[in-house]
Amino acid sequence: MQRSETARIWLMLTPALAVILLLFVGGVFVGFGQSLDYMPIIGLKTPTLRHYVNILTDPDFYLSLLLTLYITIVSTVLAGALAVAAALLLRHRFVGSRFVTFLFQLPLPVPHLVAATGMVLLFTQSGLFARLAYSVGWLERPNEFPVMVFDRWQIATILVYLWKEIPFIGLVILAILQGVGQEYEEIAQTLGANRWQRFRYVLLPLMMPGLITTGVIVFAYVFGSFEIPLLLGQRYPNVLPVTAYRAYVDPDLNQRPEAMAMGMVITGIVIFLLNLALRLSRRLREQA
Amino acid sequence: MKDRLLRPAAIALLIIGVLLPLIPPLIWSFAANWFFPNLLPQQWGLKAWRYLLSPASQVGEALLNSSLLALTVVLLAVVIGLPAARVLGLHQFRGKQLVTWLITAPLFVPTLVVIMGIHILFIRYNLADSFLGVVLVHLIPALPYFILVMSSVFANYATEFEDTARTLGAGPWRTFWYITLPTIFPGLIVAMLFTFLVSWSQYITTVLIGGGRVVTLPMVLFPFISAANHANAAAVSLVFILPAILVLVLTSRTLSAGSHAVGGLGRL
Repeated sequence: MQRSETARIWLMLTPALAVILLLFVGGVFVGFGQSLDYMPIIGLKTPTLRHYVNILTDPDFYLSLLLTLYITIVSTVLAGALAVAAALLLRHRFVGSRFVTFLFQLPLPVPHLVAATGMVLLFTQSGLFARLAYSVGWLERPNEFPVMVFDRWQIATILVYLWKEIPFIGLVILAILQGVGQEYEEIAQTLGANRWQRFRYVLLPLMMPGLITTGVIVFAYVFGSFEIPLLLGQRYPNVLPVTAYRAYVDPDLNQRPEAMAMGMVITGIVIFLLNLALRLSRRLREQA
Repeated sequence: MKDRLLRPAAIALLIIGVLLPLIPPLIWSFAANWFFPNLLPQQWGLKAWRYLLSPASQVGEALLNSSLLALTVVLLAVVIGLPAARVLGLHQFRGKQLVTWLITAPLFVPTLVVIMGIHILFIRYNLADSFLGVVLVHLIPALPYFILVMSSVFANYATEFEDTARTLGAGPWRTFWYITLPTIFPGLIVAMLFTFLVSWSQYITTVLIGGGRVVTLPMVLFPFISAANHANAAAVSLVFILPAILVLVLTSRTLSAGSHAVGGLGRL
């Protein structure tokens, strides 16, 4: 490659890299520094691990971590499974299939907060479902309706994520299925494979790379996201990002470094799982 | 035989599932009185909408701020991101893997963590509590997203026409304007619309860096939901959803299921 060509490439990359290095990498590094009590600009020059020790010896931290993992795993696995089901349904042509596929995409651009509004109006104890239950005689008072919003298990939070992420994973899987067509399945059928075997040994391996990639994106997003559990969850315990945010905005400024330490732990977990998933999908691709 | 019944039932379930959360906001925003256990409002009215139009609700200001912020972010993303996207889509070079990793990382690392860290610098350099500061933090998720979408557009782009134009004596600007831009235009529009939505749905970045001075639509919506003010929450969420629906209608034809545009949408 010519030297001028290389120079031109890096020149074109410079503005974007500058923004990302300054804002993103800079933000993570300054946050890391603060988690270590290392902030030369305000005179803190001896790094310490005590904030990490503090949060890692606090039982509340593990409660929060477990809750975060529970919400993330349940949301990701259910979204993946239901997305596969939806893709299998939508890959066949039927009357109105284009319109149904269009409707299926509807949640994609809708902000999570709007979905949260909808879930609140549906699932609180005086919500639309409680009213429906009353009208068919299943309950007499609102408080007989199961608690699904602002509850310990964050059912409404998970429902918001499912509503948003099923179409996202589903559309990627749908594209894969439409890309490969039906030939493989027909061959398998001629060879005597039943329905389950055709799904398990033909379709699933084809879907797997897409499923892993989208699954990782969803996992990382849900694990680090904040607004919906803050809005629809209990005050305590709540997910790690909410706990970190609460510590950050606490009037007691000593809590800030702990918030940063929690942020670093969240980032570490996300990056670890990301690498794991990428390695897994690479191995799957090599097998295929 | 079982299939004939199962399939329509599953399709019906899917349609209901998608539409269900959007129905109560529609009804609630036009409800004057709607107490348990009534299935429909006892009294219909425009109370919520009238409140939205009053200056006290801050919805007008928030709508203006949200739009201006998103437009500025899109403009900056195009100017900063387009050259990078072109390089990543068309060229192989040493260090490409690292650059790709750097540009993808902000989509995975929670934005909350990044802005908690950078907040102190923004305060120091007078960027906190300002429009510019909020624009900059919106760029953290928006720019990588724009670059990834556009680099996939450039990956399928043939440079032969540009070469021809250059041979015929066109300068770089003319080549860009008459050859490059028209070719990438459909992809560019999709990328811009979705980048707009990334900024449009930002909540915590605006709250922390804007410090309450820069009020946007999600900041008006959030307290209505947590205070269980159903009618107002419903009406604001309908305003908030509007550009999303518009974008979907505009792009449903160009948006192929496998495109990178879909990839970033999980994050809105």
